[in-house]
Amino acid sequence: MAVTTEPSRPAADDTPTGTAGGGGADPGGRVRPRRRPRPTAGRVLAWTALVGIMAITLFPFYWMLRTALSDGSVLATQPSSLLPVEPTTGAFERVFGLATTEEAQAQGGSGAAISFWRYLLNSVLVATVITAGQVVFGAMAAYAFARMRWPGRDAVFFLFLTALMVPPIFTQLPNFLLMRDLGLLNTYPAIILPFFFMTPFAIFFLRQFFLGISSEVEEAARLDGSGHVGTFVRIIVPMSWGPITTLALLQYVLAWNEYFWPLLVGSAQDVRVLTVALGIFRSQTPQGTPDWAGLMAATLVAALPVLLLFAVTSRKIVNSIGFSGIK
Amino acid sequence: MSSTAPSGPALPQSPAGDGPVPVPARPPGRGGGRGAQSDGARARQRRENLVAAGFIAPSLLGFGVFYFWPTLRGLYFSLTDFDFFSAPAFVGLANYQRLLEDPTFWNAMRVTLLYVAINIGVQTVLALAIAVLMHRLTQSTFVRSVVVMPYLVANVVVALVFFWMLDAQIGIVNQALAGVGLDPVAFFGDEAWVIPTIALVNVWRHMGYTALLLFAGLQMIPGHLYEAARTDGASEWRMFWSITLPLLRPVLAVVLVITMIGSFQVFDTVAVTAAGGPADASRVLQYYIFDLAFQRLDYGYASAVSVVLLLILMAVAVVQLRLTRANESDLG
Repeated sequence: MAVTTEPSRPAADDTPTGTAGGGGADPGGRVRPRRRPRPTAGRVLAWTALVGIMAITLFPFYWMLRTALSDGSVLATQPSSLLPVEPTTGAFERVFGLATTEEAQAQGGSGAAISFWRYLLNSVLVATVITAGQVVFGAMAAYAFARMRWPGRDAVFFLFLTALMVPPIFTQLPNFLLMRDLGLLNTYPAIILPFFFMTPFAIFFLRQFFLGISSEVEEAARLDGSGHVGTFVRIIVPMSWGPITTLALLQYVLAWNEYFWPLLVGSAQDVRVLTVALGIFRSQTPQGTPDWAGLMAATLVAALPVLLLFAVTSRKIVNSIGFSGIK
Repeated sequence: MSSTAPSGPALPQSPAGDGPVPVPARPPGRGGGRGAQSDGARARQRRENLVAAGFIAPSLLGFGVFYFWPTLRGLYFSLTDFDFFSAPAFVGLANYQRLLEDPTFWNAMRVTLLYVAINIGVQTVLALAIAVLMHRLTQSTFVRSVVVMPYLVANVVVALVFFWMLDAQIGIVNQALAGVGLDPVAFFGDEAWVIPTIALVNVWRHMGYTALLLFAGLQMIPGHLYEAARTDGASEWRMFWSITLPLLRPVLAVVLVITMIGSFQVFDTVAVTAAGGPADASRVLQYYIFDLAFQRLDYGYASAVSVVLLLILMAVAVVQLRLTRANESDLG
């Protein structure tokens, strides 16, 4: 899991960037000085392997798109065609409920109403609120652990560490009961609350970064009469903007992709998130001939927001995946 | 953000002064006057405690309500007979006794272990290969972005895409098999195939991410070692076995165990594809727990099985600590 993602090193010098570890530090890992490598047989072979791996990685994404753009009713006639079969956007129209029942059935859909707009909205809402809570509360706690002295600090930190070891399923069974007893089943709070207040990972991630901030910065703020709250809000948070956004992105992806918990407490139509909707869509597909085109259009809709987010921020995320031995 | 490709700084520094595996905890704060505890200092400490309490309160609340309390409750439920509706009835260790004689449980253990073995075995080898290839060939962010892409997509999405690609009749993989004259395989419908299939699907999703973790570990290996080996005329193959692998071992150990802990909790992929079948061949532990609790409403027993899962993961974590401690010195 994302447990081994480390925040970038705080800028020890005056570099204002809070960007993730790589970037400027890039040459650190470079094993040899850049010189034009001779295209030996070994290198060619190695590059072939790497390109092959990238192809294997990318092909399923292409296949999703190819299938989603096909006409479901004739898909089976040319199963090995590398291009969409009788290209149409019908599958996407079905997914968003834009096609009439007849149109949908003509293209191999089930005709059942599917309201992916709703699910998309639910996913955005749930992931956004969870991320906001985790980042804000995580940063506050991380600050208290990293930059303040208070009795019991190390004991509480150790307790939080143990939370990492308990598998989610173990706490999710009783949490389900709690939500049921509170009458919250099939509401947004039920889906959001268990993740909202804390995730050990966010705290460890930011604590690691806050620990590295030079204390002179803080002392200067102190001399100016800032208390801890002021220092946190005006100095520490702005300084840590890089790692905080990285953390937010990672947590957003995790929240977006969560399946088990929303399946337990939020399978009702009006709060259903995309992952749960996909599972239900799949089990509703008619016997014998599933609506593959529709299903692939739906998976694309579910995957695309995160992939777009990633396209914009990949450098930051990729460079921040490192090793810190947080356990 | 920051400009890439810096034009050769004089001394390539290792990116992390942080050192390898366990990041050494810095002394907490360079705190103020250790001398006389004046009243002013005490008042300030009291104020600081109050502020700290405010900062930690939301997390502590979340931890208490959604981690700590349910853990205790889960342990208690495992000692009860509970169907969700009537009050839980205390039955002592009866659930655990039942577990010993439950063939479905032992089947779930076997299936889960098989899954973990295939998943972790293949994934680690491939991830290591990708990491080393990237390390020796390119620093390109683009390459790293591509390989990590599957990890960003939900398990459910990945499962459905492969469910389609591996369809027994018109899936592209079986089309390709037919193209080279092989019989079609019912990847998700065949008892012998279903677990290897699900394990490999998840290898596809996780290998790039795991490779990036290992890649970060590789970057901590001092470059001059390779220079020296090269001067001595060592081959890439030789360097891998004599430099890369031994020095990467601590990182590898930790990555292995973290991925293993995740692997033991496989659920999503199973739930949307084979759903435990055919004939329990993909009924992994977590799916069995889910099934017991929410389909058969046998909540007490489900809790007992999840305690077993908890114990397994704790054992894995203990092994992890041992391994990393034992290997700490490797990177000096």
